Amino acid sequence: MTSHKAEIITINGCDTEYLRGGKGPTLLFLHGAGGINGWAPYLDALAQGYDVIAPSHPGFGRSEDPDWLDSVSDMAFFYLDFMEYLELQDVHLIGNSLGGWIASEIVIRGDERIKSLTLASAAGINVVGVPMGDIFMWSNEEAARKIFFDQEIANQRIAASETMDEEQKDVQLKNYFTTGKLSWNPRFHNPDLSKWLHRIKVPTMIIWGENDEIFPAAYGEAYNALIPGSELRIIPECGHLPHQEKLEEFLDAVHSNTSKT
Amino acid sequence: MQFSFFHLMPYSAVNLEAIKHTAWINFSNSNYDPKKGHKLYNRYLDELEFADELGFDGICVNEHHQTAYGIMPQPSLLAGALSRRTENAKICILGRALPLTENPLSIAEEYAMIDNVTGGRLIAGFVRGIGCEYHSYMVNPANSLERFHEAHDLILQAWTQPGPTAFEGKHYRFQYVNMWPRPYQEPHPPIWIPSQGSAETKDWASHPDRKYTMLMTFSPINNVIRNMNAYAEKCEEYGYKCQPHQLGWALPLYVAETDEKAIEESREHIQNFFNKFVLAPTEYRMPPGYSSINSYKMILENKMKFREQFLSIEMLMDNGMFICGSPSTVAEKLEEYQEAMGYGNLVIMGQFATLDHEHTKKSMQMFSEEVMPKLRHIGVPTVAAAE
Repeated sequence: MTSHKAEIITINGCDTEYLRGGKGPTLLFLHGAGGINGWAPYLDALAQGYDVIAPSHPGFGRSEDPDWLDSVSDMAFFYLDFMEYLELQDVHLIGNSLGGWIASEIVIRGDERIKSLTLASAAGINVVGVPMGDIFMWSNEEAARKIFFDQEIANQRIAASETMDEEQKDVQLKNYFTTGKLSWNPRFHNPDLSKWLHRIKVPTMIIWGENDEIFPAAYGEAYNALIPGSELRIIPECGHLPHQEKLEEFLDAVHSNTSKT
Repeated sequence: MQFSFFHLMPYSAVNLEAIKHTAWINFSNSNYDPKKGHKLYNRYLDELEFADELGFDGICVNEHHQTAYGIMPQPSLLAGALSRRTENAKICILGRALPLTENPLSIAEEYAMIDNVTGGRLIAGFVRGIGCEYHSYMVNPANSLERFHEAHDLILQAWTQPGPTAFEGKHYRFQYVNMWPRPYQEPHPPIWIPSQGSAETKDWASHPDRKYTMLMTFSPINNVIRNMNAYAEKCEEYGYKCQPHQLGWALPLYVAETDEKAIEESREHIQNFFNKFVLAPTEYRMPPGYSSINSYKMILENKMKFREQFLSIEMLMDNGMFICGSPSTVAEKLEEYQEAMGYGNLVIMGQFATLDHEHTKKSMQMFSEEVMPKLRHIGVPTVAAAE
């Protein structure tokens, strides 16, 4: 395993935890609704070729839940501050699900520090006539079954959730609460975002699980149509978390995109 | 003691077999037949009017959305209908769900209109609405508490401050708050807060600036007693003595000639209520942010676990979520509980789930004639307090 460290910095009054490990070009990974759960295999794999920075968003994990946090717009401006504070340059930005929404909102606001963008099953837009899955109506077990195509992984997740300690349970609830706050209505999207996605000029890779039951693959196609020059890769037999379920294909797409710069 | 008759107006014609997962949010309205609904609305209004004739002090309606549990999404409409057909009873709306609306002034207006039409017979209930409503109305549960307090402040401002005034909140903003009509009652109608008893609600409702009636709804008796005592203690902390009218208890109740007969006649219906009409998974009831993380965990542990099992009438009677029996049994229980918690307002839900019109009326009549007179003298302000 690549060595990594956990640090806490204060941005706009908010104590923010991030993990950092690996060597190479800077890569900022923005997590989805489930949060960062330690130095996961996908972070370790990315750290083979990049200097990986994986923060817990404000309101998630061990990061504080600041009073000013109301929307994904707040989150996007927060990350502009975050990158400025750490003096990050030429950042390969990756976002999954909720993190993909945040990543898109960051880049339309300012891409001075951004070198490439990778969106994996990103929230943020709405495709009329293609309903999203409603995670807020699912039990933990239903969610695991729908998030993963491979039901063996789902079984492992369900078993693991039954042995969580109190702190892990609290973090899980905190993540769930903040996700609700940011994405309840409009559900998991910003109606204005699709108007401005043409502002994304950096090389963009869109990765989607063919069997995503939260944001069906049509969402990937819509993102691909809205971002100039983007590339879409739809991964077969894959659910909502390609970086966890199909790591090789995910890494391949990331490398392919970052090498375009 | 003041007695009120509360109606949920359930869609009792529902095919119970069709309620498998839930009776809420996405339980299809193809299960609703308007012809049956027409009859039910009129029957239920008759029952509320009958309560007025029987001498109940209040008749109560409330708000729920997208459910067979209660078909009163807009309770002020029915309160308006009742206001011209009743003479004496207070009309209690328990209550409008403040955070669900984008414009709380519309609630201030509805309430003020009913108060004017009835010459001051309105009791104004304010609630947040249960978790399910936040799925149905897509209002962000994370803002529920903030919006509740802001909407409350706005309504009170509209009722009590000569307009026009400005209101600048985070969720609601108005340049000209200047409501016509103003409420009939001075300074405003009595305010009741139906509650499951969160600490925040008790602290807020009992505050000397408010002294709102906390109405404990459909909770196990130990929980009701604990919360009423905590409310009274909070009043002491604030430096005044809690008055009985500040404490209300709402629960389903059924009276018949004997204990055995009461159980026999109500068994099926109260079990339908708690096992069918109430049915909703945790995720439906507890959307993220609706409560604090700690309350969420506590509710999950206590209430949700309890509701996972089939609730028999015996269990419901044992833990005081349902009172049922002969008039003397019911009166004794209510008196015993009154001593334990000091409530001065009793709100009975005399119709529940599938209970038919005849049995509803029989129980109401027996309650009003044989139970109410025995309890009138308790739960009234003490002389010392009156001074």
